[in-house]
Amino acid sequence: MIEIRALSKQFGQFHALKSIDLTIARGTVFGFVGPNGAGKSTTMSILATLMAPTSGTAKVGGYDVTEHPKEVRKLIGYMPDFFGVYDQFKAIEYLHFYAASYGIPKSERDQLIPQLLELVNLTDKKNAYVDTLSRGMKQRLCLARSLVHDPELLILDEPASGLDPRARIEMREILKELKTMGKTIIISSHILPELAEMVDEIGVIEHGEMVAQGNVQDIQNRLRVKRILVIRTEGREQEAEDYIREHPHVKRVSRDDRGIHVHFGGHDEEQADLLHGMIQHGFRLISFSEAQTNLEDVFLEITRGGGGTE
Amino acid sequence: MSRTERQSWRNKLINPVLNKEFTLRMRTPRSMWALLAYLIAIGTLALGFMYVTQMESSGGGSFDPNASRIMFYFISMVQLGLIAFMAPGLTAGVVSGEREKQTLNLLLTTQQSSATIIISKLVSSLSFMLLITVATLPVYSIVFLFGGISPAQLGMVFLFYLFTMLAIGSLGIMFSTLFKRTMIAVIVTYGVMLFLFGGTAFLYLVLHQIMESINRSSASPVDFSWIGYILGLNPAAALYSVFDPSISSTVFRAGWTGSGQQSAPIQLWQEFLLVFTVITGASIAVSIRYIRPRLKKAKD
Ligand SMILES: Nc1ncnc2c1ncn2[C@@H]1O[C@H](COP(=O)(O)OP(=O)(O)OP(=O)(O)O)[C@@H](O)[C@H]1O
Ligand SMILES: [Mg+2]
Repeated sequence: MIEIRALSKQFGQFHALKSIDLTIARGTVFGFVGPNGAGKSTTMSILATLMAPTSGTAKVGGYDVTEHPKEVRKLIGYMPDFFGVYDQFKAIEYLHFYAASYGIPKSERDQLIPQLLELVNLTDKKNAYVDTLSRGMKQRLCLARSLVHDPELLILDEPASGLDPRARIEMREILKELKTMGKTIIISSHILPELAEMVDEIGVIEHGEMVAQGNVQDIQNRLRVKRILVIRTEGREQEAEDYIREHPHVKRVSRDDRGIHVHFGGHDEEQADLLHGMIQHGFRLISFSEAQTNLEDVFLEITRGGGGTE
Repeated sequence: MSRTERQSWRNKLINPVLNKEFTLRMRTPRSMWALLAYLIAIGTLALGFMYVTQMESSGGGSFDPNASRIMFYFISMVQLGLIAFMAPGLTAGVVSGEREKQTLNLLLTTQQSSATIIISKLVSSLSFMLLITVATLPVYSIVFLFGGISPAQLGMVFLFYLFTMLAIGSLGIMFSTLFKRTMIAVIVTYGVMLFLFGGTAFLYLVLHQIMESINRSSASPVDFSWIGYILGLNPAAALYSVFDPSISSTVFRAGWTGSGQQSAPIQLWQEFLLVFTVITGASIAVSIRYIRPRLKKAKD
């Protein structure tokens, strides 16, 4: 569905995107993660035909975004990170206007729009003026707006930003529903756990470069190579710490009142060796556990190297 | 014409963008206030003018056709000034305003073409201005009451207004497209208005003085009747030449050094029409071209 090759974008001397490659298959929900200023919105604007790349190509559904923007626009539903609404419109008129702008005839719109309002839970607000809606409602209305022409691809730039936890959950439910409808979705966020349970793949972007990309599980596994072990012993803590430090796969060791924290570079087998060795050396273990690494840790882990992001 | 062709024509005439522009404009309370303020302004000036001329005419209160014609000129000029004042405000924000309110990107990702968006915005602003000017027609009825003016002349004046609104409106929309900020677009558009109304007249007078003093001190005076073309850019001078065609030759003759009667090479309003048809076309073309970023790389 999306094919990005060596995509670069420069603003003056500033390289916002540095030769990005990205392929997203039809039906995939792709989470686009990265810190502020990483280049997520820039990539999405280019895909939405709103910005010309400096070099490289981006294709949506086989159409080059710069060569056939009109075809691309038919295929995508775009929700920008910041957007405004026409205050003087009622919610239902707002959707009618955009649907008409996509060339959908009145008779079809009359059928479609109630369904969309239902999908985003705004049926009871259909006659409310848009400027009286709450932020979360506007966000949902904008999502409905991006769906009026039944696009195959949804480009959602931080659709949950600025929403309270409850509204976030509502938004997530809607997105899950869209996923079951078979849409390809590319969704950006800098809050990873929010995406974790609904995306199939993630791409991590930082300073305009893709630093990691792939299946959520794969990335998590790959990063769990650097697993964190928490070991508690009964007495002889210092001795245990020194022993662990000698182990070939141990990267870093620290100790606090919760136990000894070990950054471990080995796999299961080596981990078992470590445990076995400790017992053989007579350490009395209270616990030997693997700290949960979630996407948040993954994110921090990947982006730590870069540093210097505001 | 096939049915689908007719269908697409209909869709072009009442396209969603135009529909939206009309709806939103008429729902803005500011529009109604603008209309009211406009009518009050022109009504007050017309009544004031009548009052003053009545005072001056020593005759027993009758309003003669000559005075009525002068009043017609007066109201028409005032109206032109009001149009020049109103048009930038109504058009210089139509694109940049959507950009500032962050609705433009959403509009640009729809299937509406750049041309449809620009022309719809222009047509909707023009319609509103037309509505306002047509609402002033009752003021003109006073003039008709006393005679001296034909409906054809009034028609001419309104055609001239329509053209002027189109020209200023296109300029306003172009600046609105080119500049990111509405404030700047508005200022630049008013700046252009100031130049057209005041600047050209000033330039004409100054050049006239300079050329004349040069000619006075030189043995072989040069023909500088070309300065007349400068006034052809002035909407007020152009409108005046519609009322009184002799003004054109007066303007050009001012720089004529030869002897005998010299007729104007072109009527001021004709020049105005020609020049601003080109400017309007160019402004619309530039707006259409620049409302969306250039995506294709220049192939050269
Ligand atoms: N129009 C522009 N002109 C100049 N620089 C820009 C422009 N748009 C974006 N940038 C720069 O490009 C970089 C990437 O911005 P972008 O908006 O893509 O980041 P982002 O990943 O979406 O960040 P966020 O999480 O804050 O939304 C930033 O450093 C930004 O300052
Ligand atoms: Mg962003």
